[in-house]
Parts: sequence; C-alpha cells; structure tokens
Amino acid sequence: MTSLETAQKLKAKFGDLISEPTEFRGEISVKISDAEQIVAVCEFCKKQLGFDYLVDVSSLDNYGDDPRWTVVYELRGLESGCELRLKTDVSEEKSELPSVIGVWRTVNWHEREIYDMMGIRFRGHPDLRRILMWEGYPYFPLRKDFPLAGKPSDIPGVAFSKPAPLEGGPFVTVSGAKSATAREPRIRNPEE
Amino acid sequence: MATVQDIEVPDSAARHALAVDELPDAVGDKMVLNMGPSHPATHGVLRILLELDGEVITKADPDVGYLHRGDEKIAENMTYTQFIPYTDRLDYLAPLANNVAYALAVEKALGIHDKLPPRCQYIRVMCAELARISAHLLGLGAFAMDVGAVTVFLLTFTEREKIYNLAEAASGARLTTTYTRIGGVMRDIPPNWCDQVRQFLKEFAVALAEVEVLLTRNRIWVDRLRDLAIISKEMAIDYGLSGPNLRGSGIEWDLRKNQPYLCYKDLQFDIPTGSVGDCYDRYLVRMEEMRQSMRILEQCVNKIPGGAENKSKEPVNVADGKITLPPKQGVMTKMEELIHQFMLVTEGMNVPPGEVYFGHENPKGELGFYICSKGGGVPYRLKIRSPSFINLSILGELMPGAMVSDVPVILGSIDFVMGESDR
Repeated sequence: MTSLETAQKLKAKFGDLISEPTEFRGEISVKISDAEQIVAVCEFCKKQLGFDYLVDVSSLDNYGDDPRWTVVYELRGLESGCELRLKTDVSEEKSELPSVIGVWRTVNWHEREIYDMMGIRFRGHPDLRRILMWEGYPYFPLRKDFPLAGKPSDIPGVAFSKPAPLEGGPFVTVSGAKSATAREPRIRNPEE
Repeated sequence: MATVQDIEVPDSAARHALAVDELPDAVGDKMVLNMGPSHPATHGVLRILLELDGEVITKADPDVGYLHRGDEKIAENMTYTQFIPYTDRLDYLAPLANNVAYALAVEKALGIHDKLPPRCQYIRVMCAELARISAHLLGLGAFAMDVGAVTVFLLTFTEREKIYNLAEAASGARLTTTYTRIGGVMRDIPPNWCDQVRQFLKEFAVALAEVEVLLTRNRIWVDRLRDLAIISKEMAIDYGLSGPNLRGSGIEWDLRKNQPYLCYKDLQFDIPTGSVGDCYDRYLVRMEEMRQSMRILEQCVNKIPGGAENKSKEPVNVADGKITLPPKQGVMTKMEELIHQFMLVTEGMNVPPGEVYFGHENPKGELGFYICSKGGGVPYRLKIRSPSFINLSILGELMPGAMVSDVPVILGSIDFVMGESDR
C-alpha cells in the first residue's frame, strides 16, 4: 500500500471531511475540514491504516488569514514505510482542538510545545503547561505578531522587565565609557 | 588459609523488587528531590523533579527549556543559507550531521535533493558518519564516567579530538563547522583528507576495542545497566523514540536504510538492534553503530568519485547559479555570475511555495525539519523535530520504580543533548 492509497482509503472512509490528497515532492498531505474530528481520523489512521508512529506535530500561524492556525501532524507506518501529513485549521476565536494523546502518547510534549509557542489549547490534554518558556510568561513567541526582539512586560520577574544582569557590568562595552582596564573591578579605586 | 567463596548478588531487577517490598507503607510522606538544571549527570541543563519514597523514585517530571534560544523564530527572519550556522548549535556534539540534515531538507523543498553531485554526496556521508562516531564517543564517555568508569572518558576524548581535527581540516572550524551549503558543501575536502580519515580509522579501531574490553563484560557495568529502564517495542513506538533508543528496543528502523538518502544505497552496512530494550542494549547498539560507521567511512574513502585528490575535477556543488554561489573567477569577469552572486547573497534562493518534511538519521535519532515556504528566500515556518526532546519525554514513564542512583545510568543510556532539545 503506498502513501497515496492510504490517503484515498482515508478519504473513502470519512468522505467530505477529508480533502483530496495533494502531493508535493513525493509527500502526501490531506486536510481535515473539521478540527473536532481529529481524534476519530487519527484513531482510524493508527488502527486501520497502520500509522503507528507519530513523527512530529507542528503549527502554523497564518497571520492575517482566517482561520489563523493550522496544526500539522506527520504520520508514519513503521511496517509499511508509508507517510502521511494531516492538516487541520483552527480559528483564532476558538484556538482549541481535541488532544490526540489517547492515540499516540508521544504527542504529550508536542502539544505542550504548540500551546507554549502558539497558544493553541488542546482539550483533554492531561498536563497542558508551558514547556520551553517558564510558567507565567505572558506571550506566545512563535506568533507572527510577536517581534523577534521580544516584548517588555509589566509583570515583575518575567520577560525583559528588568535590565539583563550584565548590563552596566564590568564586561559590557558601552560606547563613550571607560576602557576595559579602567572598568576591571580589581583595580577600581573605591574613593573615586 | 584463604579459600574461594561464592557470594550471591541478586541482579538489579531483583534488587529493585526487594527494595520496594521492604519499604514499610507507613513510613510517611514522600520526598521531592530537585535534580538539575545544573547537575553533572544531566549533561547540560535538564532539570528533573523526582518524587522519592525512600530511595525509590515514585514520580519523575522532567523540566526542559533552560537552553531555549528560539531557533524556530530566528529561522523565520533570515534566509535559508543564513540559518546554517544555527544548526551547528542544535546537537553541538555532531554539528556536521546537523548541517547535512538541514541542507538536505532545504534541497528537498527546492526539489534538487536527487540531483546532488556524487562527490558531494560522499563527502556529506563521511561528515555525517564522523559526527555519529564523535557524538557516540562523547555520550559513551560521559555515560561511563557517571557510572564510575573514568578511564573510558579519557580514551573516547582522545579519539574525539582527532575527529575535531578532521572537521577543522575540511571546514576550517572544529565545533561550529557550518560545512554544508544549500546545494553542496562550502569547499572540497583537502587532498590528504581521505588519508587522514584512514589513519583515524586505524587508530580508532584500537581505541574502540580497548573501550569494549573495559566495559562490555565488566561486572559492575553490566550489573548496573542490565534490566534497568526497559523500553518495550510498543512503548518505544508510542513515544516516538528514534535512533539508537528505538533500535535498542528491537525495532529495525533506520532512515539510512528505510528511506535512503545521499549515497547510502550504494554502501554496505548493518543496522544493529537490541533484544530486551534495557540500558545495556542501548549501550551495545551504540557500540555497534560506531563499528558500522567505520565500515561506511572505509567504503567512502575508497569509492569517493574523483578520488582523494579529485584529479578529474568532480563538482561538489549543484551547477545552478540560482542555488549555489558561482565561482569567484566568474563573478569578477561575467555579468550573469555577478547578478547570481548578488541575488543569492541579498535575497537567497527562491524556494517554491509548498511544505516538506525531511528526517535525517542523526546520532541521537531522527532530526527532522518541516519547512513551510510561501516562496522567496525566507522560510514561512521552520519546525525542528529534535530527537532529544522527544526521547526525553519518555523519562516520566521510565523512571518510576528505579532508584536515585540509577538516574545517571538512565540519562546516560537515553543520550540526549539539551541544545537540540530546547532549540
């Protein structure tokens, strides 16, 4: 069974829910029109089509378009060697879809990462906490409207609300300041 | 008169069972122990919150992200070529392999992944295999040191040093190699490089045999590793493990064999697998992988098109002015080359709209890049599937039941690197 055949089987089972398979560089992608059905589709993929291995889950921010989010699942069958990409859109107002943790347990950290970076929530996830950023961080940094340089924050103790510890220190060069020798702490004269 | 006396030492699984059984239930509250983020056995900045019942772990909660640099965000703000140095800093124990993986992913998006010149493919395979040996050597050395065998670390680091020398000869840098370019490599290998690799292989075979003698049948080593942290086949697949951790559980899956890329089709090598899925199996798989990498390197230095000195002037870059930089001579004298050079440096190559995923068999597992392009020289989204991140997610399941002193052993056998896990 080739990857394209598995995609057609999926289409035959779920009908209009699944888009026509598209191929790019030998990879087959299908789109699921209703994100709420993702668990049923994944369940079918794993049990009937042999996609036992979830390679990766990624998220896209289609900033300026509606729906804003796309969640991308990369599936693989270790027996057959087939690969399939499932994509589903989630609107910004909702920003939520069901978790597929009941199908593959590896999705646990993937979903936490997407929540952390994009702010898409996964219903039914047992432990939806931030994973790469720290608890209490107020932003979702991979969103397209988050600037590369970061944002200041009013909340104390998080995200650039204080100067970095080295700023103004002996090893930081500021234009117009004293030379490195003069800034060396051991030769500083306390009476100056 | 002294006589030989038999003593009975139960195996580690039985020791665990005994330890758990002997704990009186009414001892009282459990203790929470914070391990890391700066702890010698966590090899970087991994933090684990351990909940202990006496010496037995009842719950483990790994906490990652201390080395998060936002590589995926950075990638969205620069051209494809500019991101290559950032891949050095993913798995910083095998930068050459990361370079190869990233270049192949972008080439797949460009549709030129099967048009690479054969010499370039061989050079890249040699880089990837040297990186594999280098990463496994560090993993093994640190692993053995955490278990108490310090000598191994000294042996493996001597050999790693030679691999750094080889990387330096090829790319000019020892750690931050940035050797590949989209559509080729930065420059051809120096004329005597293949001889240096041959020399290294000769010396490495001796060192590896020495490590083998020190560890494989060492009673302490075997006792501490065997039957510890067993990962069943189902569990390994369910948790999406990859690389030696997946193969240690007895699953014969290697992207070099199952989805051959570069010139791996033309090379002879075997895929070692474990039988039980314990720490000892993962150790054995890594040892055998290093031997297979030696086999691959041996074949590469003999078969490389153009030979070691490239007398026949085989190209190492794709001959497409819109993807790789033209020769400097042409830039100075010809109009078209000058335009290509200018456009490539300022705007980058034009990657057609679409999305691709490419997985590369890295030392730690499957390093994958998901690239979503909307056309132009900058990726719209670049997702890094880092094997260490996914391999670490199993810790919460693996650790309960083990003892505190087993933690360094389990971590060493999973063999992760935080630069890649946190990105």
